[in-house]
Amino acid sequence: MSVASQDTAVKTGGIAKVFIYLILILFALFYLLPLYVMLTNSLKPLSEITGGNMMSLPRDWTIEAWLSAWSTAQVGVSPTGLQPYFVNSILMVVPAVAISTVLGALNGYILTKWRFRGDTLLFGLMLFACFIPFQIVLIPMARILGLLGIAGTTQGLVLVHVVYGIGFSTLYFRNYYASFPTELVRAAMIDGAGFFRIFWRIMLPVSGPIAVVTIIWQFTNIWNDFLFGASFAGLSAMPMTVALNNLVNSSTGVREYNVHFAGAIMAALPTLLVYIVAGRFFVRGLMAGSVKG
Amino acid sequence: MGFLDISHVSKAYGSVQVLHEVDISVEEGEFIVLVGPSGCGKSTLMNMIAGLEPITSGDISIRGQVMNGVHPSKRNIAMVFQSYALYPNMTVAQNMTFGLEMHGVPKAERDKLLADVAKLLQIDHLLARKPGHLSGGQRQRVAMGRALVRKPDVFLFDEPLSNLDAKLRVDMRTEIKKLHQKLGTTIVYVTHDQIEALTLSTRIAVMNKGYIQQLGTPKEIYDTPANLFVATFMGSPAMNILPATVKLRDGLAYAEISDVEGKPQLLQFSQANLASWDGKNVMLGIRPEAITDIDGADRKSKNIQRFSNLVTVTEPAGSDTFVTMTASGRDVVARMRADASVAARDRFEFAINMDKAVVFDPATEARIP
Ligand SMILES: Nc1ncnc2c1ncn2[C@@H]1O[C@H](COP(=O)(O)OP(=O)(O)OP(=O)(O)O)[C@@H](O)[C@H]1O
Ligand SMILES: [Mg+2]
Repeated sequence: MSVASQDTAVKTGGIAKVFIYLILILFALFYLLPLYVMLTNSLKPLSEITGGNMMSLPRDWTIEAWLSAWSTAQVGVSPTGLQPYFVNSILMVVPAVAISTVLGALNGYILTKWRFRGDTLLFGLMLFACFIPFQIVLIPMARILGLLGIAGTTQGLVLVHVVYGIGFSTLYFRNYYASFPTELVRAAMIDGAGFFRIFWRIMLPVSGPIAVVTIIWQFTNIWNDFLFGASFAGLSAMPMTVALNNLVNSSTGVREYNVHFAGAIMAALPTLLVYIVAGRFFVRGLMAGSVKG
Repeated sequence: MGFLDISHVSKAYGSVQVLHEVDISVEEGEFIVLVGPSGCGKSTLMNMIAGLEPITSGDISIRGQVMNGVHPSKRNIAMVFQSYALYPNMTVAQNMTFGLEMHGVPKAERDKLLADVAKLLQIDHLLARKPGHLSGGQRQRVAMGRALVRKPDVFLFDEPLSNLDAKLRVDMRTEIKKLHQKLGTTIVYVTHDQIEALTLSTRIAVMNKGYIQQLGTPKEIYDTPANLFVATFMGSPAMNILPATVKLRDGLAYAEISDVEGKPQLLQFSQANLASWDGKNVMLGIRPEAITDIDGADRKSKNIQRFSNLVTVTEPAGSDTFVTMTASGRDVVARMRADASVAARDRFEFAINMDKAVVFDPATEARIP
C-alpha cells in the first residue's frame, strides 16, 4: 500500500521563500532549545551549572552524570540509579503493547469481517473507552487489582494499560480493516481457511502500516504514563517515569541538575528511538486509512 | 432432481424480502446465467449457493445433498469474484494453491495441478508475480485459475468481466465459453449484461426484484419472453412495445396500430388464439430486426405485414442501419440492412415480420401464448 506522492505545494516567490524558511528555522530552534539545554547540561560537572551559564557548552565534557543517573543516584530511599526502573518499564511496556495491539487487531478483524448483531454498538462503547479520563478509574481499578491479587505488580500495570489501550488499538485496526475488501475474506472461506488462518495468512500480512501506528501510539502512551505508575506500582514494579520523579525529588544535600537532566533524557530515549525507527511508517499508516491508494 | 437444485429459496434481511421462492434446477454441465438489473438479488442468490449467506427458507442441494448450513469450503464449489479477490500478499502461484493447501493436498500434487491449470490459462509466466503487478485481464485469468485448480462440482462467477474494458470483456467472454466447452463443468454465472447472458448460457434465469421472471434457453428468452420485463430487458436495442387493439375480421385477428399521423393500420397476427381478445387492448412486442424494408424481410417468414409510416431518424451503424419511426405514440426502432434505401422524413413502406411478434396482456404484463 503505497501513498502516491502528490505535488500539492503552492509555488511561492523567492523573497517569500526566504521569509518562510527563516520563520521555520526560528521555530525549529525554539523547539530544540530544551533538548539543547538538557543535553549540554547533562554533560557538564555540577559546578559548571551552579556556577555558570545554563546555555553555554560544557568546558569539561564528562559522562559522570549519566553514569550516576543510571546506576548510583539516590532514587527515593535507595541509591540504585534509574537502571532497575528502566528494566521495570521495559517489562511493563513490551507485554502491554504487544497484548493490546494483538487484541486490537483481532477486535478490528471481528468488527469488520465477522459482523454480528450489535457490533456497531459494541464498537461505540469501546470508542467511549478512549475518552474516559484516567482519574475516574483509579479507585475501581485499585480495587480490581486487589481482588485479582496483582496490586503493585508489573502484571497489574500491564493489565491496566492493556485495558486502557484496547479502545485505541481497536479503533485503529477497525478503521484500517473496514477498507479491506470483504470479498477476500469470503474467497479465503471458500478456500477452506478458518477464522485464525484468515487472520494470520490474509489480514496480518497487509496490516504492517497500521500495526506500526498502533505500536508507536501504545508504546509512547504506556512508557510515558505517570499516573497509573504512581498509583498502582509498588516499589518493585515502579516504572521509569515515577522513578525519574523520585530521583529529582530525592533531596539529599545539593540538587544534582546534571544527573536530573541525564535521567530525563534516559526516560525519553526509548520513545524517541521508536519514532526514529518506525516514524516514517507512522505517517504512511495514518494516511493509509483515509486515503485509498 | 438436478445436479444443483435450488428449491423454494427465499431470503430476507430483517423485514426486507430480497428473494422470493426461487426455483432453479441445474443439470450437470449446464451454464446457467442469472441476469437482471442491479439490486435484483443475483449476488445474494449466488452467495447462498456458495454458503456465504444463510438461507432464510428453502433448500439448496448439490449432487443430491442438501447444503443448507454446510460451510463454503465443504460444498466443493469455487467462486470467481467481481473484484477477483486475489490475496495481495501472495504470489499468483500461492493464490492459486491456497485452497488446495487448506484442504490438505500434498505439495507435489498441488504443484502438478497448478502447472496444468497455468498451462491451460496461459499464465505460466506469471506464477511468481504478486497480483498488484498484473493487468486486469491477467488478474481475471488468475482468479479463474484459482477456481479451476480445485476441480469443483460447481463454478460460481459473480460478474467476473464487469471490471474489464469493452474489448477485453469480449475476448474473455469467448475464453470462458471455450473453457466451459472443454471442461464441461457446471457453471452458475451472474451478470447484468444481457449480451453476456445470451452468448454464454445454456439457460438463462432472468430476475427482477427478487423474483425469477423466466427460466429458459437463450432462444426461448429472446423469442418468447414470458412478460414485458423480460421482453424489454433482453435484447439490444430493446424490443419495441406498442399499444394495439385486437380486431377480428373474417375469423382472423389483426393488430390495429396507428402511424405518426394517427391513421390506424392493421397488421395480421400470426398467433391463432386471439379471438377472445377481439376489441381489447394488448401490448404488441416487435424486435427491431423484425422490422425491415421489404427487400430485406425474412424470406422464411409466412407473415410479413406492411406498415407505411414516416421515418423520423436513420442511424447508420456500419453493419446495420437503425431507423426510427413513431407508431401508436411510441418511438419504434427498426434494424435494417446497411444499404436499405431509407431517408429521414420520407414515407416508407416498413415490412414487419409478424411471426416474430409477441403479444402481452397489458393488465398482467404476461405474454399471451
Ligand atoms: N446485508 C444486507 N442487508 C440488507 N439488505 C441487503 C444486504 N445485502 C443486500 N441487500 C439488498 O438485497 C438486494 C439484492 O442485493 P444483491 O447484491 O443480491 O443485488 P445484485 O442483483 O447482485 O445487484 P448488482 O447487479 O448491483 O450486483 C438489494 O436490494 C440490496 O439492497
Ligand atoms: Mg451483485
